[in-house]
Amino acid sequence: MKYAFSFLAVIALILIAGVGSQIAGMPYFFGVFVPYVAIAVFLVGFVYRVVQWAKSPVPFSIQTTCGQGKSLEFIKHNRLEAPDTTAEVVARMLLEIFTFRSLFRNTKSEIYDGPKITYESSKWLWLFGIVFHYSFLIVVIRHMRLFLNPVPEVVAFLDWADSMFEIGTPSMYMTTAGLIAGAALLFSRRLVNRHVRYISLANDYFPLVLIFAIGVTGALMRHFLRDGIDIVAIKQLAVGLVTFHPVIDGEIGAIFYIHVFLVASLLVYFPFSKLMHLGGVFLSPTRNMKNNSRAVRHTNPWNPDIKPHSYAGYEDEFREFMVDAGIPVEKELPAQKDEA
Amino acid sequence: MAVPKLEQLSKSVVQGPSLATGAIPTKDWMDIPVHFHEGNYAYPAKKEKVEYLNSQKGLFFPNAREWSPEDDDWKLPENWKEIILNGLKERLDKFRSLKIFMDCCVRCGACADKCHFFLGTGDPKNMPVLRAELLRSVYRNDFTLAGKILGRMAGAREMTVGVLKEWFMYSYQCTECRRCSVFCPYGIDTAEVTMMLRELLHLVGVGINWILEPASNSNRTGNHMGLQPHTFKDNVDFLTDDIENLTGIRITPTFNRKGAEVLFITPSADVFAEPGLYTAMGYLLLFEAIGLDYTWSTYASEGGNFGLFTNNETMKKLNAKMYAEAKRLGVKWILGGECGHMWRVLHQYMDTMNGPADFLEIPKSPITGTVFDNAASTKMVHISEFTADLIKNGKLKLDKSRNSHVKATFHDSCNTSRAMGLLDEPRYILDHVVDWVEMPENTIREQTFCCGSGTGLNTDEIMELRMRSGLPRANAVKYVHEKHDVNMLSCVCAIDRATLTSLMNYWNPDVRVCGVTELVGNALVLEGETRGELDDGLRTML
Repeated sequence: MKYAFSFLAVIALILIAGVGSQIAGMPYFFGVFVPYVAIAVFLVGFVYRVVQWAKSPVPFSIQTTCGQGKSLEFIKHNRLEAPDTTAEVVARMLLEIFTFRSLFRNTKSEIYDGPKITYESSKWLWLFGIVFHYSFLIVVIRHMRLFLNPVPEVVAFLDWADSMFEIGTPSMYMTTAGLIAGAALLFSRRLVNRHVRYISLANDYFPLVLIFAIGVTGALMRHFLRDGIDIVAIKQLAVGLVTFHPVIDGEIGAIFYIHVFLVASLLVYFPFSKLMHLGGVFLSPTRNMKNNSRAVRHTNPWNPDIKPHSYAGYEDEFREFMVDAGIPVEKELPAQKDEA
Repeated sequence: MAVPKLEQLSKSVVQGPSLATGAIPTKDWMDIPVHFHEGNYAYPAKKEKVEYLNSQKGLFFPNAREWSPEDDDWKLPENWKEIILNGLKERLDKFRSLKIFMDCCVRCGACADKCHFFLGTGDPKNMPVLRAELLRSVYRNDFTLAGKILGRMAGAREMTVGVLKEWFMYSYQCTECRRCSVFCPYGIDTAEVTMMLRELLHLVGVGINWILEPASNSNRTGNHMGLQPHTFKDNVDFLTDDIENLTGIRITPTFNRKGAEVLFITPSADVFAEPGLYTAMGYLLLFEAIGLDYTWSTYASEGGNFGLFTNNETMKKLNAKMYAEAKRLGVKWILGGECGHMWRVLHQYMDTMNGPADFLEIPKSPITGTVFDNAASTKMVHISEFTADLIKNGKLKLDKSRNSHVKATFHDSCNTSRAMGLLDEPRYILDHVVDWVEMPENTIREQTFCCGSGTGLNTDEIMELRMRSGLPRANAVKYVHEKHDVNMLSCVCAIDRATLTSLMNYWNPDVRVCGVTELVGNALVLEGETRGELDDGLRTML
């Protein structure tokens, strides 16, 4: 019932913000104080975690090669999968981060009578992941139109492109649908796929439910619960937050505070959770190291001083046998004492 | 432990209670304790072997004792928990990989069915993600805020003897093959996790004999078989006798010879047991054919490194012999034989641990003049790189028809493929010496399946486990055996030569196992040879 708990937690968050923001004086708490704290925790926490990782050295060159390494001239080098230069590593990382390349490789295995094992390409996780993450990214960038004045052209363009199909009034964003659907699909996958269901923890379901709720409250605000949503007041507050002169002018509906509170919860939760994979993916040694470890020496800052069992000790133990077998030795056997 | 009959096991892997085929356990994995019985664990290390290793400078193997995993009381030190948690803290500070891999997993499950142990046993804890969670749960409990506050809700649990026993069970049901890390979106490498688990277990005296005895042999005698110098030499000499009988060529290899141009190091199993012996005969013939100025060493007579399966200190100590011996003998560079994990150490660890090898020269083939820039710092070249270059430059006279009794396929070793990227050199050689076909694409190259018995697990008492974990590999061989009449599984790994032989005997008895250099040796035409019809190549009984 780990997923049920996640729902309960998100419902509790919704209730806190929904009810709390209606109490006199509390809009400032939910509209100003909470966002500031959340941003601060997120930024400090994120940086702290990355610094903590970076403090540990990478003692060994442990790249995972997924293709032919650089070797003889006539052997074709796979520059992306066994990178030899920094540029090749960067290319590998960019493809990993922007196209989820490793997930694209995914296969599904089945075991049949015989026994016979089969492997077939399985790209569902890749597809769900791409839809979810890209939608999320564009949603975040789109929101910059609320915080920035004037709105940068890039943001305005994204806003236009994202709603170009002009479904409904105001027209629906594709990425809102993508984010909600992506979260729902990833959540469903956790329940349906037997492997994933068995390993899933509450902290796997919770962020999906939370992000799902963020998407839904956002869509509700834009399309359905428009009463009391004073877009001018919201923009004023958002710009005020960025310029450190936050003002709440007029009535803003509870749904807004719920949306903001859920986002704040996500920001606070982020640095303490697996969501840090956002930062970690850049630092993974199996992906971001060059496969040139025989050509260029990698150094280990804590390389211990350990010597091999010495040749001298070895020869001392086996000298007689070695001499008998005609194996060269460093020290000859002591001369036999002539008894006579 | 008797191994189940083929029919039995064939049924069991499909229909047995297995998450791989559909049965979902009703209990949460944290609530399922491990149960040890004869056959599901490798025997613990003998007291005297642990004592010997602990007596060696730079190594730490405490708590030597007689014990059995089946006992309730493992005779752990009184403060075992403190030792483990301190050990974990130390390793988090020393290995960024460990920190990242503890923190970043999102449990997406991409790795779940990529593991040969999981496919063969269906045990949920053999999914790479869950294997890592065995450690991650303890990490969360003692090293993360969320785990400290939320406890089990956040997937945290306290370190207990039960957890320690679970670590022992599952860190020795992983061969550090890294197949999962190919599929992980963050490159999380279970091999790193398994290595850390094994290091931690050694801190409280929990280790297996099939690793620690070879490790102590390697330290004392130079090779894991424990062959003393004269025996090692004798074994090679026997091979030269066989070669003379077969080809009429008398080869007189040298040992510990100062001033040789090249030091040759290969896994000692190649001079000790079938079918590796034939690979070693291939080396001898090859070097004779090109007149290579090289020497064997009895002191550094092991290419393999059982330290890789133990802890990084032992790995370093055992590996250090190679450079020490190269320096003592005054060779120019080192040539390495066919072995998987040996090459992981040589490619990714040796230079860092025991370099810089500034007393050696950048390897240059004395026959072709090719400079091996890819080994410019480590100064060690893989025999397949060396041989492929010889073939490319037309320096070998090869008669492919001498392998007409062979229809081969090629097994990529986990380590040479995923920790080195050595994929096409052996294939290039095979193209020139034998008729061969590839196995299905999801089972080769970077997606290759482990033999099932790497990292020191090729011990007989866990034969059923080995046959299960080797099933994905065996199944792919079976496919090409049935479709293309493949009768030989070639590889570039000494552990493979031993373990795949057992695996083939069980699952595909008509398929034999060989090293790539054995096939080279078969096909080589030597000057002055008086070779009759060898209808089984170097294996022909005269």
